Amino acid sequence: MIEVVTVILFGMLAVTAIAAIRLHDLFAVVMMFSIYSLLAAAVFVAMDAVDVAFTEAAVGVGISTVLMLATIGLVGRHEKRPAHRPGLPLAVVTLTGMVLVYGTLDMPRFGDPLAPIHQHVAPHYLQDSPVEIGIPNAVTGVLASYRGYDTLGELTVIFTAGIGVLALLGIRRRKRGES
Amino acid sequence: MLTLTLLVLLGSMALALLRAVKGPTVYDRILAANAFSTKTVLLITALGFLVGEAEYYVDIALMYTLVGFIATVAVLKVSEFGNLGQSGAVRSTPAERPNK
Repeated sequence: MIEVVTVILFGMLAVTAIAAIRLHDLFAVVMMFSIYSLLAAAVFVAMDAVDVAFTEAAVGVGISTVLMLATIGLVGRHEKRPAHRPGLPLAVVTLTGMVLVYGTLDMPRFGDPLAPIHQHVAPHYLQDSPVEIGIPNAVTGVLASYRGYDTLGELTVIFTAGIGVLALLGIRRRKRGES
Repeated sequence: MLTLTLLVLLGSMALALLRAVKGPTVYDRILAANAFSTKTVLLITALGFLVGEAEYYVDIALMYTLVGFIATVAVLKVSEFGNLGQSGAVRSTPAERPNK
């Protein structure tokens, strides 16, 4: 049953993406993006990646919708006609995509239990993390404990970026106040 | 019974998506996205009962409800005032203006 749900959700994800490309009203595109990230989160939940779904909830559904709406408030809500022809970029993207797909042919099949990535530390994490960490979800255990320093570094980067954005916004507002 | 619930939820999600794709006005799409948010919350809860770990999934569903409310408020503010910055003294509706 869960496979059927996942396949239907992926189908709706594709429909939403195509609709977002074809629409020209940016406000409508933001609404499609909001639906897209809700669908992506539902897919994550259906595939049992609960922590990724949490991140998607905070970033995708909440903040990115608000940020894109703020951008619409600045740039207007209608897409301008592109000044260049899409032929050459489309060819470059298609070619790059084909090369990348060709590059994946050497990789082990998706879900192959004998792949090198499943032989290194993954068995230890899967078998021992409920005892060692005490968190029922193995992915959360890896992120929050085994790779705790990594997660702390990520948080430092995001925090620094947030301070940078706040500094830029503050400078702009002060200039407007002086003039 | 749970299968039927999931199928009905997926069907109503598809209908809301159809309205968001076709919707002639922006307000149709806002309403469709809001309905879709509700349906996603319900689907996550139903999936929780299907998997058998409803207590975790209900937490996620609650978080989605709260975050979706923030997004809805932002959407309505932009559609009413034109941007997110002003306090609401100037009324200019972007949905009614042809271009900004």
